[in-house]
Parts: sequence; structure tokens; C-alpha cells
Amino acid sequence: MLQLVLFNVTNGLIIGAFFVLMALGVAMILNLSNVINFAHGNFLALGGYLAYMLVPSIGFWGALIVAPLLVAALGFIVERLMVRRVYNRDPVYSLLLTFGLAFIIQDVCRYIWGVSGLPMTIPDSLSQGLSSDLFFITGYRIFMMAIVIVSVTGLFLFLRYTRLGTRIRAGTLDLDTVAALGINVRLLRSLNFAVGIYLAGLAGVLAAGQIGLNPNMGDDLMMPAFIAIIVGGVGSLTGTLLGGLLIGVASALTTVVMPSAQEAVIYVIMAIVLLTRPRGLMGEEGMLT
Amino acid sequence: MSSTDLGAAAKPAVPSAAGGRGGAAGIPFTTIIVWALLLSAPIWLPLIGGYTALASRVVVMGLVAMALNFLLGFTGQMSFGHAAYFGLGAYGAGLTLRYVANSTGLAMIDGILLGGVLGTILGALICKRRGVYFAMITIAFGQIFYYIAYSWDGLTGGFDGLRGFTRQPIGIGPLVIDIQNNGTLFYYFVLAVFALATGIMALLLRSPFGRTLLAIRENERRARFLGIAVDRHIWLSFSIACFFASTAGALFALLNNFADPTSMHYTLSGIIVIMVVMGGMRTFWGPLIGAAIYVVLQDYISSITVNWMSFIGLLFVLVVMFFPRGLLGMIKARSAQ
Repeated sequence: MLQLVLFNVTNGLIIGAFFVLMALGVAMILNLSNVINFAHGNFLALGGYLAYMLVPSIGFWGALIVAPLLVAALGFIVERLMVRRVYNRDPVYSLLLTFGLAFIIQDVCRYIWGVSGLPMTIPDSLSQGLSSDLFFITGYRIFMMAIVIVSVTGLFLFLRYTRLGTRIRAGTLDLDTVAALGINVRLLRSLNFAVGIYLAGLAGVLAAGQIGLNPNMGDDLMMPAFIAIIVGGVGSLTGTLLGGLLIGVASALTTVVMPSAQEAVIYVIMAIVLLTRPRGLMGEEGMLT
Repeated sequence: MSSTDLGAAAKPAVPSAAGGRGGAAGIPFTTIIVWALLLSAPIWLPLIGGYTALASRVVVMGLVAMALNFLLGFTGQMSFGHAAYFGLGAYGAGLTLRYVANSTGLAMIDGILLGGVLGTILGALICKRRGVYFAMITIAFGQIFYYIAYSWDGLTGGFDGLRGFTRQPIGIGPLVIDIQNNGTLFYYFVLAVFALATGIMALLLRSPFGRTLLAIRENERRARFLGIAVDRHIWLSFSIACFFASTAGALFALLNNFADPTSMHYTLSGIIVIMVVMGGMRTFWGPLIGAAIYVVLQDYISSITVNWMSFIGLLFVLVVMFFPRGLLGMIKARSAQ
């Protein structure tokens, strides 16, 4: 019994970690540019597939570093060519644009790598279980958690202490003033978009090592990412982090008691938050739009 | 939500049943053309290589797109989860025919109520937010129904969809109309429901209630200052849009004798939005035209390539970048000059 609980809690923590990575990327883009990136899950899949291609030549460790950077570069280009054109229009257009991009990326992945799942090889040193009782806690799972913790901490330090990070945070609060101070807001938004996409790419590589690759691998993470943002509160990255952890742990604990309600519980949490505190856990009053 | 877009926002669109010059007896020109084409479709469609079921599909998708446009184009709120209520209508109708009674009328009523009532309940929560967050919440709540339909195998048939029901002939007094086997009669049945639904929508838009919705779309803050209960109006508008979406969904189930979870997925929600935008989201008939373009295009592309998703994605991108006003919106803007 204890083993079962531990098994589900481990699963939940890992799922929660992915929720957080996804949600933070979506939230960064949303907070600064008011664009919901529907293609985020597809950038995740792209990261996984690129890593899959790179592993034979530069190994898993090399792919873990290079693949997310490549996806981020692609994100940067996509932002420059398309997404920025809809910033000043009705939000419906940015939604439709990223929706179309999601279709295209997914279909291209399917075209190049096929519909069926592909396995990704991970280093032997990571694939062992801790012990025969705790066989489900593999080195890879611990490694994933470590990477997620390091990258999320890194993101918050980046936003807190670097010049670029400070500008992104300032832009989130008042983009017009930031622009008036002589900062290149166009570049700022492109870089911010790329950082968000980087997180998706990183999540893609990690997920590929755990569950393998398929063209829809990011889709299931989109709704939890949205809900994490809504629960956490609009405009607050810390809120998004908390929201992601909360729904991750909640769905893990629900799995122990009632596996079939695992999906439902996160929607229930969202409904409760909307009923009792519409601005979200950490959302600021007045940021209702 | 700031109402910045395209300059089109500056011109408050008149919510008369359609744009364009008025024709005979004050009925707008576009309306006359649309109805002439719809009523004669079974005659001219086969001549250009179409088939009646395709026309039924256009009208059904047109209805759900027009329902969404009530909210998107005339109230200014983005729902990206409207497929859920469309799908609920389809399941409501399908489940009734399968398990309850062999009655097309009852199936329609159940479908409409299932989607409409659930939409109204969730709408109370959804209308608390605006802008992109309104969109996010509608998507997230919409997915609930997708998961339910997907995982409740025993009742809904799960991933494979709900089968094993057929639409029934309808009887009016001694008269029996065989919409079961006669595709053309079924098309006119769909068209009759469509006429009723769009007629109600047009009346609502002309009423003081409809004008209030436009006021909210144009400037929510000012509307609030005037003492309008903005949240409640948006809720009502959402609810109305859900009722008409589920009406279309119920028709969709009758059309295919089938309902499946993909008809609830947010992918379809996005497709409904693109129909609205492609046809012109601030025009009354635009969404129908957008639906016609989409349905015909998809029918054609998916018959020649398996990579139709890329083409549809490309269509999204092209419409957003180059035709943001949509077809009817462009015609209207030109004739206004």
C-alpha cells in the first residue's frame, strides 16, 4: 500500500513538474504580449524530436542542451515573422494564428517522423531503479526533477537579477512606459517569446526520455498549463508556479483514491478558484482583463 | 479589454439582419440572396458537383458559427470552447434516440437542453473574466465534456463514438415526413430549424437587449457607467450562444447518425472561430459564408491529401495575416466607402 502511494506521488510530482514547465512558458508569453500560445505543446514535441535526431551524433547530454536552444531559435523566428504582426489587434487573431501554427507543426512532425511512437534512448546510468522495492523511482526521474528545479530556479533568478529579466518584468506591468524609456520593446518581446519556447523545448526532451515520442505528446499538457495560470492568477509567475504544483499534487493524490477522477480534479480546482477568488491565488486586484 | 483592432472597431456595426442596402420591404439584400441560395441548393448543388449532405453540413456548421458570432461578433467576447456545447447537443440527441425513444423531436429538444443548460451553468463562472482569460476558461471548461465523452465508454461509446441510432421520420398530424431516408427532405428539415434559430437571433439583435450587447462590445467601461449589468448580459449572451450551438449539434448527430468526442474537442472550437472570422465576424451572415468555405475546402483537401491539417493550419495563418475582416466584412467596408 505504501509502495502504491509512493508510486502515485512520484508520478504526480513528475507530472506536476511538467505542468509547471509548460505553464511558465505559456504564462511568460501571455503576460508580456497578451498572446495565448496554442502551439506551445507542439514546440514541446518538436524539442523531443530534435533531441531524438541529435542523440546519435552528440549523445543525450549534448541533445539536452542543443535541442531546446534550436526550438527557442525557431520560436524567435516565428515571433518575428508572424506573431508580432497581431500584437495590436483583437486577441482573437493571435489565438487563431497560434492555433494554425499548432496544426502545421503537428502535421509536419507527423509527416517527417511518422504517426507511431518512437523511443528515445537515455544513458544507462539514469535508467536504473533505486532499489528492487523502489524500482519505479529511476535515476531518470530524479534527474528530471532536478533539471526542472534547476531551470525554474534559474528562470526566476534570471528575471530577478539580469537586466533583460528586469525589463521583461517591467514590460509585464507597463509596456508603454518601458518603451518610452528607450528600451527596444520589439526585441524584448521576441526574446521573451524565445525564452518561453525554450522551456517547452526542454520539457519536450525530458518527456521524450520518459514516455517516448509522438506527434501529439504536448497536447495533454496544454489544458493543465491553462488551468495552472488561471488558478495561480493572471500576471503572476509565482502564482503560475504554485498553480502548477497545486494541480499536479492534487491530481496525484486523487489517483491514489480514485484514479478515474484524476483529470476531473484539476477542473474542479479551477471552478472553486473562479467561484471564490476570480483573480486567482496570486493575481492582483484590478487585473481583470 | 481594450478595443483596439483594425479600425473596424470604430464603426459600430448596425445589427440589422444583414449589412448592405435594403431590398424589398426593408429586407436586406444579403438576406434575400442567402435565402434564395439556401432554398434552391438541392437544385443547383448537384450541377456543380456537390451533394445534398454537403449542403446540410454547411447549414449545420453555419448555424454553430452564427451562434458563436452572437457572442464573438456582437458581444465582443471570445469563446474558444464552443465545440463543447455543439458536441453536447449531438450527444443529447444521439443518446435520446439510442436509449430513450425513437423520436426526432424529442432528440432535438434533449440535445438543445443538454448543451444549453450546462453552458448556462458554466457561463456563470466564465463571465467573470474578460479577453484572453475568457477564452482560456471557455477552452478549459469545454475540455471537461470531451474527457467525459471520451472516458465514459459504457454510455457514450468512448473514443469510437456513439453509434446505433438513426434519425426517425417526423409526423405532423396524419402527415409523415420521411427525413430518415430522403436526404433532400432532411436538408429542408435542417433548413427549417436554421431559419427558426437565425430568425430568433436576428430579433434578439434588433431588440434593446441586442443593442445593449453591442454597447458592451464597443466600450464595456462606458456601458458599466451607464448602469448596465455587464456580467449578467455577457452571461445571457453566452447562454444564448450555447443554446443555438447545441441546436446545431443535435442536427449534426441526426445528419451523421453518429456522435463522437472529436466534435467536442477544442480543435473544433478553433475551427468554428476561423469560420466566423473568415466570413466576417461583425456581420450577420458572414459566419455562414465562412462555414461554407471551410466545409467545402476541407471536403476537397481531405480527398486529395492526408496532410490536410497543414493546409487548414495555413488557412488559419493566411486569414489572420491577410484577410482579418473576413469576406463579408471586406465587402461591407468597400461598399461603405
